This record gives sequence, C-alpha cells and structure tokens, in this order.
Amino acid sequence: VFKRFVEIGRVAFISFGPHAGKLVAIVDVIDQNRALVDGPCSGVRRQAMPFKCMQLTDFVLKFPHSARQKCVRLAWEKENINEKWAATRWAKKIEAREKKAKMTDFDRYKVMKAKKMRNRIINHEMKKLEKMASKKGKKPKLEKAPKSEKAPKSEKAPKPAKAQKAQK
Amino acid sequence: MAGEKAAAEKKPAEKKPSQKKAGEKKPSQKEGGEKKKKVKRHHASRNPVLARGIGRYSRSAMYARKALYKRKYTAPETKIEKKKKEKPRATIIKPVGGDKNGGSRVVKIRKMPRYYPTEDVPRKLLSHGKKPFCQHKRRLRASITPGTVLILLTGRHRGKRVVFLKQLDTGLLLVTGPLTINRVPLRRAHQKFVIATSTKVDISGVKIPKHLTDAYFKKKRLRKPKHQEGEIFDTEKEKYELTEQRKTDQKAVDSQILARIKKVPQLRGYLRSTFCLSNGVYPHKLVF
Repeated sequence: VFKRFVEIGRVAFISFGPHAGKLVAIVDVIDQNRALVDGPCSGVRRQAMPFKCMQLTDFVLKFPHSARQKCVRLAWEKENINEKWAATRWAKKIEAREKKAKMTDFDRYKVMKAKKMRNRIINHEMKKLEKMASKKGKKPKLEKAPKSEKAPKSEKAPKPAKAQKAQK
Repeated sequence: MAGEKAAAEKKPAEKKPSQKKAGEKKPSQKEGGEKKKKVKRHHASRNPVLARGIGRYSRSAMYARKALYKRKYTAPETKIEKKKKEKPRATIIKPVGGDKNGGSRVVKIRKMPRYYPTEDVPRKLLSHGKKPFCQHKRRLRASITPGTVLILLTGRHRGKRVVFLKQLDTGLLLVTGPLTINRVPLRRAHQKFVIATSTKVDISGVKIPKHLTDAYFKKKRLRKPKHQEGEIFDTEKEKYELTEQRKTDQKAVDSQILARIKKVPQLRGYLRSTFCLSNGVYPHKLVF
C-alpha cells in the first residue's frame, strides 16, 4: 500500500514554508512530528523540519543516521540526486506550471496559435481515419490505423517544444 | 534711532582704525597711481554721547550737522525700473463705419467696471501649489516606453493591441495600430485605461512628425448659435471627416513601424488579435 517510507536518507521535497520547492535528505527522526533534515546541495541548512511540509520522493541515500553534512553531501552527489530529480515527471510538471504562470500576453498568443495548428493536424488525420473506416471494412482499418497515428504523434512533439522555446 | 545708534557707535570705533586705514590707504594710493579718486575720509561722530544710547543732538539737529540736505542719494536705476517706464497703451483708435461718423473713434482699452457687487467678496485664504492644468506634472508609468504594445480597454477600439509612440504634452499617449493591421489610426489614448504588455517593438529610429500634438487631435466643435432651435444639434460636428493630412501622417508613421513589426515573427498576427477574458482567466493572475 505504501511505497515510500520515512527512513534515514530518504530525499524529500519541501512543499511549503520558507524552503518551499527544495529537496532535503532526512538525517534523523526527532519525534513523531519532526525530523532532522539537511540539504547541502539545495541550500537548506541542517535543521528540524515537520513531516507535514515534506513530501517523500522515490530517492533514498545511503548514510548512517546523524551523519554530518559532508557525508550527506557526498552521498547526494554520488547518487546525482539533482539530475535525477530534474528528470522526474514531478519536477517537470512543476517547471511547466512555473513557465505557464510566467507567460506574457504575446507568449499566450503564440501558444494559442501553436495549439490550434496542432489540433488541426490531429483532427485532419482523425477525419481521414474515420473516413476510411466508414468506407471499407474492419481489416484494412487495423493496418492503416498504427501508421497514420504515428504521423500526428511525431507532429505533436515539435509543437509543444516550439511553444516552450517561444516562451523562453 | 537704532540706525543712528549703530552709526554713532560705529564711528568712534572707526576713529582709530579709520585713521589707520587712511594712513594705509595713502601710501597704497601713491603706489597704485595717482589716477584713483580721493578716498573719502570718514569724519568722527558729530553726535557726542551723553550716556549710553543717548546723543547730545536730536534727529533734526543731526540732519543739519551732517549736511544731509545736500547729500541725497538715489539707488541706481535697475533694469526692471527701466522696463516699467514703458507704459502700456491706454487707448486705441478703431475705425467706425457709416457716413457722417467721422471715420474713427478713440476707444479705451481698459474700461471701468460696469458692475460693482453690493457685498464685497471676502478675502480668500492663501493657498499654494494649485496649478492650472497646463502646468501639471505629467507622469508616465515605467512599464510604458516607446514601442510598447498596449491593450486598449475603453473606447471603440477596446481590446485591441496597439503600438505606443510617445506621450503628448497633456499626458495622453500617442498610439497607432498600425492602421493596416488593426484599423486603429494615429490616436490618443489615456494612460489609465490601457494595459501595458511587456512586448516591445524597437522604435529607436522612427521619426514622428512634430506637428502631431494635442491641438492636432483635439475634437473640433462649431460654436456659433444661429438661433435656429430646431437644428441646433445637427450643426455641431457629429460626423468625423477624414482629412488628407491625417492620411499622409498615418502613412508616414506606419511605413516605418510596419518594417520593424515584420522582423519579429508572429507579431503582426498578435497585433491583429484582440484581448479577451474567458473562463478561468483572472486578470490579477495574468502576467502581461
């Protein structure tokens, strides 16, 4: 049922408070509500932090309990947590949300145009498939469906990439 | 009296240093040359002191003793006084029509008042800093710079995105569509009713003609009542008429701006579109 546990070395994401948005490693447990936490590579000093503001990630580091900051840092850099984190979907969603909030009026216009173009292409292909499906029987439809579905998917990729580049 | 007292005290003090000065001045004079005027030697006080603050002679006696009747100085005439001598014209000669009227009349320029109120107007208290509109300080938001794309919020062009050119003397913003993009001509817009976006067009080299001022854009109104009660509302200019000058000015400005707009991809389409709010879009959360 539970997959991520609070343990020594668990990397957690701080959701609110003064260090919102940073990653920390749990170094020790103080009592039921607080943990001793340290984030040498993310700019968080070693401190007590309530569990409520932490959200557990999938990463676990290896170091003994109450290890000093140097050890935590070594473990962190060995595992390359910063890069792994940036590659997770979680971090990407956060980044996308931030970018969306920063969009200017012009960027919104560009995104609208890109979405419109993309949808047009997709709908065009769909209409083609539907037309073929309605004309012929089921067998030829199965052959043609995977081929034409790949075409809109490859076109999907450049459109949002273009939108992200335009935003930057 | 105070002045005299100061003078009287000054002079016995000056007695010794004045003699010293005289002694000093003479040799310097001789050294300097004999062309200089004679330095005036100051006389000692002609009003002996009886007690501190009390002189022997009265004001009038001192006047005579100091021979002030022959020492009257006037301040040198300043330029202001020289100018004041030029009195403004009091009357003017105006031609008069009709026979036997003698061609012209002498008319006063500044006439006596034709009405005096029964009660005097009370004196107003002093106020400061109440300037007329023409002297007001004009401010411009920091986010609005030449070339900024603005969103008009009021008027017949509401929702349209428009390029800002410059701020006019009354504080209104001179703005253009350009006309071929969104049908907004060279127009004035009010700073308060405009959203400044962060999109800027580079207008560094664009030359805006100097005759585009507030007077150029001001609405013209006919104000000659012809005493025809039925047609009063029609004679006033309701219909705006395009003049050739406006067209040429529009072309002159727009041609320069269009070239710069075409350099930025998708900007032309952006200016053509209008701004609108839809579900889930909150202006206070939008970054413009």
